[in-house]
Amino acid sequence: MAEVQLSIKNLHKSYDRLDVLKGVDLDVHKGEVVVLLGPSGCGKSTLLRCINGLETINEGTITLDGEVISGKSQAEMSKYRQKIGMVFQSYDLFPHKNIIDNITMAPRKVQGRDRVSAEKEARDLLARVGLLDKEKAFPRMLSGGQKQRVAIVRALEMHPEMMLFDEVTAALDPEMVREVLDVMLELAGQGLTMLIVTHEMAFARAIADRIIFMDGGHIVEQSDPETFFTHPKTDRAKEFLENFEFVARKRKNDSV
Amino acid sequence: MDWTFIQEYIPMYVEAGELTLTIGILGIILSILIGMIASAIEYYKIPVLRQIVSIYVELSRNTPLLVQLFFLYFGLPKIGIRWSSELCGIVGLSFLGGSYMTEAFRSGLETVEPIQKESALSLGFTPLETMIDVILPQALAVTVPSLVANVIFLIKETSVFSGIALADLMYVAKDLIGLYYKTPEALSMLVLAYLIILLPVSIIGTLLERRLRYAGFGN
Repeated sequence: MAEVQLSIKNLHKSYDRLDVLKGVDLDVHKGEVVVLLGPSGCGKSTLLRCINGLETINEGTITLDGEVISGKSQAEMSKYRQKIGMVFQSYDLFPHKNIIDNITMAPRKVQGRDRVSAEKEARDLLARVGLLDKEKAFPRMLSGGQKQRVAIVRALEMHPEMMLFDEVTAALDPEMVREVLDVMLELAGQGLTMLIVTHEMAFARAIADRIIFMDGGHIVEQSDPETFFTHPKTDRAKEFLENFEFVARKRKNDSV
Repeated sequence: MDWTFIQEYIPMYVEAGELTLTIGILGIILSILIGMIASAIEYYKIPVLRQIVSIYVELSRNTPLLVQLFFLYFGLPKIGIRWSSELCGIVGLSFLGGSYMTEAFRSGLETVEPIQKESALSLGFTPLETMIDVILPQALAVTVPSLVANVIFLIKETSVFSGIALADLMYVAKDLIGLYYKTPEALSMLVLAYLIILLPVSIIGTLLERRLRYAGFGN
């Protein structure tokens, strides 16, 4: 197997007296696509936010490429965050900038890249997600699905080694979910390391190399997607998966 | 209307208008500075300083400017601090305006969703770059209407400066009424003088608001 890129050891996180993560250990390998599943409040989103330093952790270490990145100040985190792209559930584009500026702002300011090459790359990426015609548009003029695709492009333009997706389709209208998931599937095919929190089970099954099932602040079960969805090992995972299954009810007029 | 009287005393109004404007502008600039610093203290939740800011805001907003000016002009000399009426005017106006500006900036900063900060940080912006490039532009766009309203309010408040013997517009009008009983002329010129100062502020403010309307909303 490929080398370990991200290593999380004994991670604890609590808000005031509420323990959200109670000792999480997780290794993610280069190029691996890991999908985190679990009920609401199980700590999967918090885990992503801890990796990115958006939450300060109480205990444990997070290592990226052999370098400890946990417990750093916000200013120090800037360096590591450039290696970790993140896309959030709520549309997080900057409303005062048009699409191309949204994408090129960070590369130019943070990485000091020149405008011409940053914009050229942005256009290439926009073309890949089918939004080349929107470069001059403002975020308010885009649909939710389009905004999320731009948010993904904006993160990719920083050349991250790893992408974190935090329920990126949860706030979208159903018919827009697909266009965003397709972009993510394409990325996974290119060997980008990805950590994905989602409630789209069919998508999780299609994209994941490994499923992590979390509950109550612990990793309860992990396995390859086929095993997880067909033969979950724990009762808790079985119970969780049953939420997504429906048995068609018998309609009265069927018998008439 | 006595037009020759009006013509004769226009220069006095111009002079008083200049004084009103000078003190008003200095006071407003200082108010904005106080507002920026105090709202930053509130935004970053800096302990101790934050409590001081909220005491200041309540004290400043809930006492009339005239009382604040009396305190500075008649009160401070009793403990050995003697300021000119101009300095008292500037300090008093800044003390009052600072709290209004603090509230305006604070509410502007509050309208920017936390996700904006988080997504900027996650792109590798430092906290300072996040503030300057992402949060402030959005917050200011929302703040402009209340900023303009505060500027107009503060310039109008200068009319109580006459209470501490500052020869502002109000002072000149009262003077002329007292000396010559030319009440209609003196008051008409007073109203006109304030309009000449404040109408451009209103108009520029409206134009600014229109330009910035979309910046803060509709993400």
